[in-house]
Amino acid sequence: MSIIVRNVSKSFGAFEALRDVSVEIPTGTLMALLGPSGGGKSTLLRIIAGLEVPEAGTVEIFGVDSTDLPPQRRNVGFVFQHYAAFKHMTVEKNVAFGLEVRKLPRAEIRRRVRELLELVHLDQFSHRYPSELSGGQRQRMALARALAVQPQVLLLDEPFGALDAQVRKELRAWLRRLHDDVRVTTVFVTHDQEEAMEVADEIVVINRGAVEQVGTPDQLYDEPANDFVMSFIGPVTRLGGRLVRPHDLELSHRPGSGSVPATVVRVVRIGFEVRIDVRTVDGEDVSVQLTRGEAADLGLEPGTLVFVWSPLGSQPEPVAASG
Amino acid sequence: MGKHLLRIVALVYLTFLLVLPVGIVFWRTFEQGPGPVWDALTQPNALHAIQLTVVVAVLAVIGNTIFGVGTALLIVRHRFAGRRVLDALIDLPVAVSPVVAGLALILVYGRTTPIGLWLGDRGLDVIFAVPGMVMATMFVSLPLVVRAVAPVLEEIGTEQEQVAWTLGASTITTFRRITLPAIRWALVFGVVLTLARGLGEYGAVAVVSGRLVGQTQTATLFVEERFQNFDQPAAYAMAFLLAGMAVVVLLANNLLRPREST
Repeated sequence: MSIIVRNVSKSFGAFEALRDVSVEIPTGTLMALLGPSGGGKSTLLRIIAGLEVPEAGTVEIFGVDSTDLPPQRRNVGFVFQHYAAFKHMTVEKNVAFGLEVRKLPRAEIRRRVRELLELVHLDQFSHRYPSELSGGQRQRMALARALAVQPQVLLLDEPFGALDAQVRKELRAWLRRLHDDVRVTTVFVTHDQEEAMEVADEIVVINRGAVEQVGTPDQLYDEPANDFVMSFIGPVTRLGGRLVRPHDLELSHRPGSGSVPATVVRVVRIGFEVRIDVRTVDGEDVSVQLTRGEAADLGLEPGTLVFVWSPLGSQPEPVAASG
Repeated sequence: MGKHLLRIVALVYLTFLLVLPVGIVFWRTFEQGPGPVWDALTQPNALHAIQLTVVVAVLAVIGNTIFGVGTALLIVRHRFAGRRVLDALIDLPVAVSPVVAGLALILVYGRTTPIGLWLGDRGLDVIFAVPGMVMATMFVSLPLVVRAVAPVLEEIGTEQEQVAWTLGASTITTFRRITLPAIRWALVFGVVLTLARGLGEYGAVAVVSGRLVGQTQTATLFVEERFQNFDQPAAYAMAFLLAGMAVVVLLANNLLRPREST
């Protein structure tokens, strides 16, 4: 384990940001802290970095109790959502900063900066100022700057949150490839479940200052520990009062075991998938997702009488939140 | 129509308030050519007054720069009991008449007060001496650096500094290499205003200096004293020099400042 957080609590005035949180982050993984805004995930990241001091609990980084270490001595790289570029320095100087502080020889600094700028594809921009870069370029510069000091852990706080959708997608894929190359233990905070699912090896779901579940993207999706995780990780609807995934439901013209009669209210085609809103005889609104082929075979229209059921039968076995 | 009217009002206002008085000082100064001006400004008392003015203003600038940046950091970056009181106190010198400021300093540091006696025993005269004049000048220009720097500190936020920490930079290195460059133009502006204010201060310095000709007489006091003694050429010459110094300082500020720093 490269980072072990044990029983950490932190409040800001009357607001409890974290409540007795414990998380273990394995060496070399790309880990996401996922949760709604204000849930405490950024606070946890800042505590790992030493930018925030917990009221209770400990933080261990590569076997060293770092709870009382200042950020300077934790050997972590930190990247902010809004880049925190040193505006009065060129790209090159930004990346060199940590190396200059460490008083490395000039030639060595120059070589390392060149390597890093190549790694983040900014070698053409070394003499520009941050204000002359796009958001995506600034964020890559911030990553290079953090990587320059060869941190044991890389911490990213909503790293793509300020970028537009297209750039965000590109950078996500790029971060995944970069991590596969560099292999530094990385923790990133996001409120975007799609981003977490796509990029991370493992996800910690944090809500209201507590860990809801830890697991791989597949585990979270297929075996959510509770209703919160289930509804946060993917689309959900209710049938008979139980949370189910809309694509796990089926429709038929004939009744079957456990099926509920319902009337089609709305049919929406979104590309390949078709979303059908139905209302059961009990007055419950249920959302069902079918493929276009399935929907066409059923010939659905508002007012059609159908039977809806969940072939999975029961709700998935709850998985205890670890950590 | 409205635009023209506004323009005329502004011009008339500036003419009567600024251009006319300053212009007449200039004209009166050089009425007899540059020779008498030079003579008036190079007499020993005038030279001493100029030198003293510069020394006092520069010392006040140094004091207020250190204090101003420190206070701005304190007010913007820290939350503590009494912060709002401190914030309000900073502006007090602008509201208080400089004469009152001078009197207040005499009440605390005068030669017959406990503090004044204690300092006097150690060979340090405050009132009727340079230290008191520097303090008076610092007093009246106290808010200038703080008020120039604080909004910029607020605007740049703390993330750049935090990144610097994680990169291994100490607090001092972070201040020197990240914070200071970010506030440098605001700081220059504050320093220039303080310098201009220091060079031109009259009231507070008049009270604490004792107006000893050739000893504690600054340029502004020189102007007043010469004028009272019907030596108008010398008064005009020094007034012109003071106005000139202010203009040079402000121009330098404008020239030094890049068009729009990034």
